[in-house]
Amino acid sequence: MDSGDTAWILASSALVLFMTPGLAFFYGGMTRAKSVLNMLMMSFGAIALVSVLWVLYGYSLAFGEDAYGGLIGNLDHLGMKGTLHELSGTLPVTVFASFQLMFAIITVALVSGAIADRAKFGAWMVFVGLWATIVYFPVAHWVFFFGDLTTTEDGGWLADTVGTLDFAGGTAVHVNAGAAGLALALVLGKRYGWPKERFKPHNLPLVLVGAGILWFGWFGFNAGSAVAANGQAGVAFLNTQVATAAAVLGWLVVEKLRYGHATTLGAASGAVAGLVAITPACASVNPLGAVAVGLIAGGLCALAVSLKYRLGFDDSLDVVGVHLVGGATGAILIGFLATPTVTGILTSDPSDGAAGLFYDGGFSQLGKQAIAVVAVGLYSFILTWIIGKLIDKTMGFRISTEDEVAGIDTTVHAETGYDFSGLGGGGGGAAAPSTQRPLVGAGVEEEKP
Amino acid sequence: MKLVTAVVKPFKLEDVKAALSTLGLAGLTVSEVQGYGRQKGHTEVYRGAEYTVDFVPKVRVEVLVDGVDVDRVVNTLVEAARTGKIGDGKVWVTSVDEVVRVRTGERGLDAI
Repeated sequence: MDSGDTAWILASSALVLFMTPGLAFFYGGMTRAKSVLNMLMMSFGAIALVSVLWVLYGYSLAFGEDAYGGLIGNLDHLGMKGTLHELSGTLPVTVFASFQLMFAIITVALVSGAIADRAKFGAWMVFVGLWATIVYFPVAHWVFFFGDLTTTEDGGWLADTVGTLDFAGGTAVHVNAGAAGLALALVLGKRYGWPKERFKPHNLPLVLVGAGILWFGWFGFNAGSAVAANGQAGVAFLNTQVATAAAVLGWLVVEKLRYGHATTLGAASGAVAGLVAITPACASVNPLGAVAVGLIAGGLCALAVSLKYRLGFDDSLDVVGVHLVGGATGAILIGFLATPTVTGILTSDPSDGAAGLFYDGGFSQLGKQAIAVVAVGLYSFILTWIIGKLIDKTMGFRISTEDEVAGIDTTVHAETGYDFSGLGGGGGGAAAPSTQRPLVGAGVEEEKP
Repeated sequence: MKLVTAVVKPFKLEDVKAALSTLGLAGLTVSEVQGYGRQKGHTEVYRGAEYTVDFVPKVRVEVLVDGVDVDRVVNTLVEAARTGKIGDGKVWVTSVDEVVRVRTGERGLDAI
C-alpha cells in the first residue's frame, strides 16, 4: 500500500461526492422557482440510493472479476465481501470502491436534468435503482475495469479488448447520462407549455455556485482517476483546468457572435462542457491539446443546446447538448490528439503510448474511440427507453398537468424553496395567512384539551 | 376629496416624494408595479433561447388630496417625474367619497 496514493484518492472521493450537490445547484438554479427543490431532491435521492446499492451489489457488478466476456462483473463481492483487507493496486480496495461509488452517483444524477419539473419523485427513485443496476454498473465494467494485469485476467470489453482510451468517463459517465437523458425526455414528453411559455432560469447565481463546485470537484474526478498521486495525475489536473478555461471562452465567443451577448449562463455552461470533454482525454492529450479540446467542446455545445428547439424534444436542462455532445467530442478527439508523450507517461519508453491521427497513430485509436461512443450511447439510449416506458406504464412517471402547473415542489414535496410572501403561506401564491400545527405521528396520543 | 394616482419611473420616486412634501401633503402610498404602455419590455437570452419580457417595472404613487389645489399637486408631480423620454408614466385623478382614519374613526378632511 502506498500512503500517498491512498491519501489522494480518499481526498478525490470526497471531491467527487461534492460534485453531486454542485450539480444539484447548477440544475436547480436553471429551473423555475416552483420546482427548485424537486431538482435538488433528484440529486440527493441518487446519492442516497446508489450508495446503498453500491455496497450491496453495485461494486461487485462493476469491479468484481469478469463474469462473461468483459460485459459484467461477478457476484463474489456482494456486501463488499472479501474486500476489506485487500489491495487494488497501491490502495485498499475500500478506497478504490469509495472513489468509484461517487462516479456512479453523479452519472445517475446527471440524467435528472432532462426531466425537470415533471417526474414523480417515487418513479425517479425507482428509475435510479433500475438504471444504476442495468445500465451504469455494466457500462462501468466495460470502460473502467482493467482486470488484474499480473494474472492477465480479463477486463471490461471496451477497456481491455477494444482498447478505448477513456480516462475518467467521457463515455461511461457523460455519453451514458446524455443518451439516457434523451431517452427519458422522449418517454416523459414536453413540459406543459414548452416551448411557447417562458422557462427561464430562476436563480443564475445558484447556477454559478453549482458550476464552481463542479469545477472544483472535477479535479478529484479527473486527476483522481490516475488512482495514484503521480505525474499522470498532474497532467490530468493541468489539462482539466486549461480545457475548462478554453471552453468558457469558446462558448462565450459563439454566443456573442450568434446572439449578441456573453451571458453568465453561457460561462457556467461552457465550463461544464469543457469539464465533460476533457474527462476522457485528460491523460491522453498534452496541455495544448487540452486547450483545443476545450475550445472545440465549448463552441460545439453552445451550438448543440439549440437543437432541442429544432427537433422538438424537451431535454429541459440540456443533458444532451452538454453531456452527450461534450462527452462524445472529448472521446472522439482522443483519436486525433492523443500523444505518446502523455499516454505513455508512466512507461519508461514514451513511444509505447497510444497515438492519435495527428501524432502518426493513424486511424486505429479513432476507431476504438468511435466504437465506445456508439456502443455506450446506443446501449444507454435503448435500455433507458425501456426502463422509462416500464415505469411509465406501471406506476406512471409524470405528475398531473395540474400539479405541474401549480409547481412540483408544493404538490410532490409539500415545501416551497423560497418564502417571499409577507402575507403568509408559501411561494407567494397564497393570500391567506398560514397557521402552524404540529403533526402528530401515528401511535402518538393527542393531548386531551 | 381626490385621489391622485401616478405611475412613474422607479428612479424618479425620490424626486416625486420631495416635490410633494414641499406642498405640505401629509402622506402617500407607494407600490411596485409592472406594466407596459408605449415603452415596450426587453429581451433576455438563455442558452440561445430568447425570452421577451413584456412588462416594465414602475412605481405607483397614490396620494389623497383635499383642501389644496389638485391641479397644483398634479403639476408638481408631473414636473418632478418627467425625463422627457418614452416611459415616464401617467397621472390620473379620481373622486373619493369618504376617507376614515382607522385609529380614531375621524372622517373626511380630518382623516387625511
